[in-house]
Amino acid sequence: MTLTLIVLLPFIGALVAAFLPSNARNAESWLGGVVTLGCTVLVASLYPEVAGPGGEVVRERLPWAPQLELEVYFRMDGFAWLFALLVSFMGVLVVLYARYYMSPQDPVPRFFAFLMAFMGAMLGIVLSGNLVQLVIFWELTSLTSFMLISYWYHRNEARRGARMSLMVTATGGMCLLVGVVLLGNIVGSYDLEGVLAAGDLIRAHPHYRIVLAMVLLGAFTKSAQFPFHFWLPHAMSAPTPVSAYLHSATMVKAGVFLLARLWPVLAGTPEWFWTVCGVGICSLLFGSGAALFQRDLKGVLAYSTVSHLGLVTLLLGMNSRLGLVAAVFHMMNHATFKASLFMAAGMIDHETGTRDMRRLSGLAHAMPVTATVAIVAAAAMAGVPLLNGFLSKEMFFAETIFASGDPFVRIGLPTLATIASTLTVAYSLRFIHTVFFGPVATSLPRPPAEPTRGMLLPSALLVLACVLVGVLPEQTIGPMLHLAAGSILGDAAPAFSLKVWHGLTTPLYMSAFALLAGLALYRWLYRRQQAMAAAPLSAPVEGGRVFDIAMVVLIRTCERLVALVSSRRLQSQLLLIVLFAVASAVVPLLQGPLQPAVPARTPPNLVFALLWLIGAACALGAAAQAKFHRLAALIMVGGAGLITSLTFAWFSAPDLALTQFAVEIVTTVLLLLGLRWLPRRLAVDEWRRNSLEARLRRARDFVVAVVVGVGVALLAHAIMTRPAPTGLATFFLEQSLPHAHGRNVVNVILVDFRALDPLGEIAVLAVVALTVFALLRRFRPAPESLDVPRAQREEAARLALAAGRNLPSGAMLVPATIGRLLLPLAGIVSVYFLLRGHDAPGGGFVGGLVMATAIILQYMTSGVLWVESRLRVLPQYWVGLGLLAAGAAGVAAWLVQAPFLTSLEWHPTVPVLGDLHFSTVLLFDVGIYMVVVGATVLMLIAIAHQSLREPRRATSAAVSTRDDALGPVAEVER
Amino acid sequence: MEVIVALAIGVLAGSGVWLVLRPRTFQVVLGLALLSYAVNLFIFATGRLTVDRAPIIREGVPVDPSLYADPVPQALVLTAIVISFATTALFLVLLLVARGLTGTDHVDGREPEDR
Repeated sequence: MTLTLIVLLPFIGALVAAFLPSNARNAESWLGGVVTLGCTVLVASLYPEVAGPGGEVVRERLPWAPQLELEVYFRMDGFAWLFALLVSFMGVLVVLYARYYMSPQDPVPRFFAFLMAFMGAMLGIVLSGNLVQLVIFWELTSLTSFMLISYWYHRNEARRGARMSLMVTATGGMCLLVGVVLLGNIVGSYDLEGVLAAGDLIRAHPHYRIVLAMVLLGAFTKSAQFPFHFWLPHAMSAPTPVSAYLHSATMVKAGVFLLARLWPVLAGTPEWFWTVCGVGICSLLFGSGAALFQRDLKGVLAYSTVSHLGLVTLLLGMNSRLGLVAAVFHMMNHATFKASLFMAAGMIDHETGTRDMRRLSGLAHAMPVTATVAIVAAAAMAGVPLLNGFLSKEMFFAETIFASGDPFVRIGLPTLATIASTLTVAYSLRFIHTVFFGPVATSLPRPPAEPTRGMLLPSALLVLACVLVGVLPEQTIGPMLHLAAGSILGDAAPAFSLKVWHGLTTPLYMSAFALLAGLALYRWLYRRQQAMAAAPLSAPVEGGRVFDIAMVVLIRTCERLVALVSSRRLQSQLLLIVLFAVASAVVPLLQGPLQPAVPARTPPNLVFALLWLIGAACALGAAAQAKFHRLAALIMVGGAGLITSLTFAWFSAPDLALTQFAVEIVTTVLLLLGLRWLPRRLAVDEWRRNSLEARLRRARDFVVAVVVGVGVALLAHAIMTRPAPTGLATFFLEQSLPHAHGRNVVNVILVDFRALDPLGEIAVLAVVALTVFALLRRFRPAPESLDVPRAQREEAARLALAAGRNLPSGAMLVPATIGRLLLPLAGIVSVYFLLRGHDAPGGGFVGGLVMATAIILQYMTSGVLWVESRLRVLPQYWVGLGLLAAGAAGVAAWLVQAPFLTSLEWHPTVPVLGDLHFSTVLLFDVGIYMVVVGATVLMLIAIAHQSLREPRRATSAAVSTRDDALGPVAEVER
Repeated sequence: MEVIVALAIGVLAGSGVWLVLRPRTFQVVLGLALLSYAVNLFIFATGRLTVDRAPIIREGVPVDPSLYADPVPQALVLTAIVISFATTALFLVLLLVARGLTGTDHVDGREPEDR
């Protein structure tokens, strides 16, 4: 569990941190400290296991989706251990530093939450034993990095830098995913160990170059390698602890970490050598050159990071095992001195208020400790002997000399390495000399002073590590490096010795030359300070500008494409949908001839034909009249629905007929209620109506409608005259009685065999009902339909008179009396339908609709006020309880370890009643019943209530214009 | 009979599509109702037409698929009927709210003159 805990702990910490109050700087820091320190201790405690004889690997597999053979797999070998230690220990230092760096005004929960989430993601990358899992954590680091760069999101450059880094690294992450999926396909497994063991297979595979390109794109974007380096300098708008942690010590190392991880698989080919070395040397030279001309302290460090990561990439690209060791060594060294330098830059910014190197000068007097720390770290960066940077640089030089190949490589590589090292020495010198020496600056925003110990301590600890490793390499970093090299390369790990003094060797001469030449270069540049103002190298190839232009072009192109292919007009969208549906029905028919038709199975019947003569007339009439005669059209639609219901009854579908019939009533009532809020009949604009455009549009729609109608009719006829395939019907018919104890097979399918469908359906019904309720609570009717219709005004007056009376007077007396008498009867019928559903036509849907209709009848005949003063049960409760009942029927199956919604039965024998049969199916059907009643009543009441509350609001406006405003609404309803 | 039912489905679908393509919201709601009748009948018809063979197991009648109507399309249509009721209700309310918010019952929320 230790590995899982190491990855999980930071995420838990992040969750807790997110919910602390926004000024809880100390609590956040303590939390962060405990989490990071805990991770460090856990990682360190695994050293004996990892460093066992033969390089042990700690593995932890957790089931995730066993059916898909997916598991969460964490593994830790020597290399992963080294990196995990780096990530977690650096986390401790950064949390300590951030405690003093962040100002009390900053909302710290966001900062610490994302910082810890990043740490968890980074540890996830390092410890993943599965490549897809690794990519997931990889993308998580991109996301957390985005949130941390944009921490001060009120600043424009922070938002821009965050966006840029996300676009670049997430695109790279996508490429990496492609590469990983290809790797998995080649090997047949995403397990890191399986992939590592299949090196020869992968290198010989025809897709090797694609895999290589994709993985390299991911790694280079993450590690800010040329030409994707431009996001890193822009990421410097993040708070400095973030820059120190993510953008120098850990996240940008993820790319080179992955290259080292996959080195045994992907390296060793000419393609690898030329691409990786090429990109590495470009980044090395470009980064160190650009660093020399930056004005911002953090800019210098950012470009320096690009160059040092280029050095690591170059080492990895040389196809040499010692090069790999040197690369791992330099990753560690770079993390220590660069994080320390970032912290120093942050302290200078914090104490003086600026990072502009043109304003900073002579700070060594005011900040002697900071200066000492920074000078040592910068010396390590420049590769001064007795510091860690010197050792890895020596190894690097040695590798460039021994690189085999054509003379161009043999001579060119050491020369370029020396030039890059010279540039490194020069910018390190410049960093130290301009900031700490020279005349004491007087125009600083704040008078400089030594920062608090809390900020100095992490930086000083890192510098101490630089010195210790530099002086006693074999005793400090030595065992860990041997362990890491052994875990990557296995038995093929090369022998190497970490010594400060190797004798008078070529690398030493190169180092000495680079130091002296760098000194000379800086002196020369210092004398021509004017030249420093312009950055000759970086200006013409400013990646940020290219990126911005590319983004603008991309977004504009997308906007044009959207404008080209889409429409905001519903009519054209619907036309497209209809045409697409027609096409998708026609295309399969073109594939080949149909089966031969069989003669009609049912003889024609005159009554049925007459029924559908009426039905068709209703449908066509509704289509013709829906615009100007809404009520008539509505009645005709209802007529078509009734004929449909009769058709179901005719052709052996009593359940459908009942349901359709009940739904028809409820739908018609609903639409009748809605009619009141529709606008008055439009004045016919003869000119528009008869314009050529309108005629053409109608002609087009008419043709489409005819094509659909004829097509659907032909299709339906073709299906009905072909022999029926033996589908599922046999199974359901045969199993219904013996297994579900139900004779009504349709009902049995719904509540037992396929109960998940109705469960989803009643959920939809409940959601719709609540949506209707919610939408209408904020309903604002159109102004002209606010006026109260005459019938309602008279009714209101009558109600006011009859407040104490039970029955309404006037025209509603008889319907109300009958309606009330019907209510208990309807209730009994509905329950009867519900209970008999399993064996005869009926069931929860029909029963519910009957009950709902009965309740609505009360509303219609007796008025809202009367019903609601007597209605004890609110429809919302019916909906909720119904869903609970249906869900409980499903969950009950778990009690006997059966799958969700399996029906349970109980057959008690009661003395008088005999054998009884109970089943959770009944509970399920009761749930359906309740949801249907609740949802239907809720929707209808929500609409009906509008007429109740609108008059109140509209009274003042409506009273004056009552009589002349009466016309239109009444006309519509007539 | 098959011809009559097929014609009925065709007329319902054609009228429904015509109304769905109209510019006023109420027309679209009615059109969707008609379309849902057509689609429900169509799905039902894929189980073939049978008279007096409701899929309710009767005593003394052997459980032979040829003696009963196909219950599967019926079960599908039963849920479809209730769902189309729910969508009709939702569309009606959206219609009303859109009408209140935009002041028009045009499907695009504004009269075509403004386009």
